[in-house]
Amino acid sequence: MGAYIIRRLWQMIPTMLGVILLVFVLFNWVGGDPAYVLAGKISNQEQIDNIRRQLGVDQPWFVQLWIFIKQVVTGDFGASWSTNEKVSHILATRLGPSLTVVLPLTILDALISIALALAVAYVRGSLTDRLVMIVCTVGLSISILVYIIVFQYVFAYKLGWFPVQGWGNSFGENLFVYSSLPILILLTVSIAPSLRLYRTFVLDEINQDYVRTGRAKGLSENRIMWLHVLRNASIPIITNLMASLPGLLLGAFLIERFFSIPGIGREVILAVERSDFPVIKALTVYVAFATMASNLLADLMYKWVDPRVQLK
Amino acid sequence: MSQMSQMSGAAMAQDKVGATAAVREIPHAVSPGLWALGWKRLKSDYVGMVSLAIVAAFFVLMFLSGTGLIAKDWAKEVGVNYAAPSFIGADVEAGTPAAPAEAPAATPPAAEYQSAIVDPLANVMDEIKGGKPAAGAAPPADVAKGDTGTSVDPLADVMADIKAGAKDVAPVPAELRAATLPLGGDKWGRDVLAKTIKGSETSIFVGLASALVAVFIGTLFGALSGYYGKWVDDFFNWFYSVFSSIPYLLLILAVAAVLNKRGMVTIILILGLTGWTGVFRLIRGEYMKHKAREYVQAADAIGASNARRMFVHIFPNVSHVVLVQLSILAVGFIKAEVILSFLGFGVPVDVVSWGSMLNEAQNELILGKWWQLAAAGTAMAVLVTAFSLFTDAMRDALDPKLKGKAGA
Repeated sequence: MGAYIIRRLWQMIPTMLGVILLVFVLFNWVGGDPAYVLAGKISNQEQIDNIRRQLGVDQPWFVQLWIFIKQVVTGDFGASWSTNEKVSHILATRLGPSLTVVLPLTILDALISIALALAVAYVRGSLTDRLVMIVCTVGLSISILVYIIVFQYVFAYKLGWFPVQGWGNSFGENLFVYSSLPILILLTVSIAPSLRLYRTFVLDEINQDYVRTGRAKGLSENRIMWLHVLRNASIPIITNLMASLPGLLLGAFLIERFFSIPGIGREVILAVERSDFPVIKALTVYVAFATMASNLLADLMYKWVDPRVQLK
Repeated sequence: MSQMSQMSGAAMAQDKVGATAAVREIPHAVSPGLWALGWKRLKSDYVGMVSLAIVAAFFVLMFLSGTGLIAKDWAKEVGVNYAAPSFIGADVEAGTPAAPAEAPAATPPAAEYQSAIVDPLANVMDEIKGGKPAAGAAPPADVAKGDTGTSVDPLADVMADIKAGAKDVAPVPAELRAATLPLGGDKWGRDVLAKTIKGSETSIFVGLASALVAVFIGTLFGALSGYYGKWVDDFFNWFYSVFSSIPYLLLILAVAAVLNKRGMVTIILILGLTGWTGVFRLIRGEYMKHKAREYVQAADAIGASNARRMFVHIFPNVSHVVLVQLSILAVGFIKAEVILSFLGFGVPVDVVSWGSMLNEAQNELILGKWWQLAAAGTAMAVLVTAFSLFTDAMRDALDPKLKGKAGA
């Protein structure tokens, strides 16, 4: 086990270097000279030379790359170009609000869609099953933007059940007052695809021999579904859940923007709007690292859920 | 199989009689190809055919509006501001008070320059007046005149742009503006129906073009990787893991930040260059499977080059996978384009897309003008539903083994 983890971490290094290289090429060459972006439209050559020296872009490329690698390792990306806030501080403070929305969302989404998937797969082929699937397909086709605009208008603006937008200082207030409508909207959007996927996972298991054996020895249907089928179906479900985690962190970016939640997603949009390169660079690199870490975690969980799996 | 050997036996027997007879004989016995079989299966799929018809209808719309046959005048202000949909009837309080006040402002002698400047301001005025019909009539008109009087205009460049843009959008006199439009009007009195049609042209075109780019890259990389294996495979796998470890949306936004240009080509490139990873993985697997098959060995034996084996012999056998992926990606990219355009990173301002319509609709909804939101949202939902159902049907028809499995 330990050897496996070490080997996997070792194999991650080329990919990490690749991500760094990709971001470096993207922001230092494809986008043109960063000094011009930072200096803005009204600037003279002297200012630009000055900025070039500060950013280190007057150095040869390998020195620049080395500077960037040092930034990634130490976590010190300097200050934001637009607000002058330390990038490390931005990352640290924006993570909390994002997690406040995303963690309850992930847990609720998993619980609800797994329960629904078991129920729908149990009555597979029936009218209920087909109706639920049609609702899922249609619900999936409506843009998330429409859900957000309509829900915010109806539930917050018209009916006044939730605040239209905002963010408080206490965790409880944020979670139960300001996050509830965003979580409700994201649940509406995320349950349909999860349910469709989990249903096929359950269907793969429900015709297996062990289900018949369980019935033959007189197990209750509840026990068969919730204990035996669920345990087997949870292998692909967990992998899917873990793989979607880092994306979720950003997937909530539209919600964060609409509801003025000071999270990572909103920060990305702001940074793109302001051409705030240090913030985007730092976010891209670290979110990519987080993705790799959660992929490794997913494989380890895989082994934990299904002891038959051999890690190589 | 046995049929085949019988056939070749028969062919050989006939060989003695005459070669031409054998050649004529065989085509009758040849089993229908993959595409013919797929089409036959698709035709018996009721849902698949209906969704195909809907998708085809959208494509026809796209071509008609692309060639300028319909919805050419989407930018013309043909109705009163926020004209209500015809099936609801004219909304008297919102539209009419603004219109008479604007008419005299648009006619003074300094015609061209004047009208160009007054026009964008008129919208703001209309908005102000829409809220307070009695009070706000005089002051905004003064502001407009004051602007035209100043000789040094710091915004001259911007105004020139607006002027150029306004040239083909000549202001329509208030008397000619319709009180209602089929699907209502927007803030400027533009026809929502025309905008929706024009918007579907943009969205479908961007979706298809970027899907083509992504599928091209994914297929090329996948073919090279799966066919050659060894270090080529290692290299492309590394490339793949780099791209797929950055969450898709973040990658799109990062590229958008770097390119920092709005335009159709930019957004097609952004989506295409970042979206190839799924295709790559599938095609790579297909090529690994196919390169060991007998027909490829046979091609090798008759001296076909690597490139020929890859793209003339193997590619037709994996092309159905490519087609299904193209369809899946097009749906995804249509959705992504709408979000990007909504955020203002997508198509330029002078191009209408469902995303920019939704952006306008967001503010209109608070004023109770829901029709633009409904039109853009419904059009997109119908297209995406039909397109994804058609994709499922096509996949089932071309690859019946996968039936019932939710794909990537």
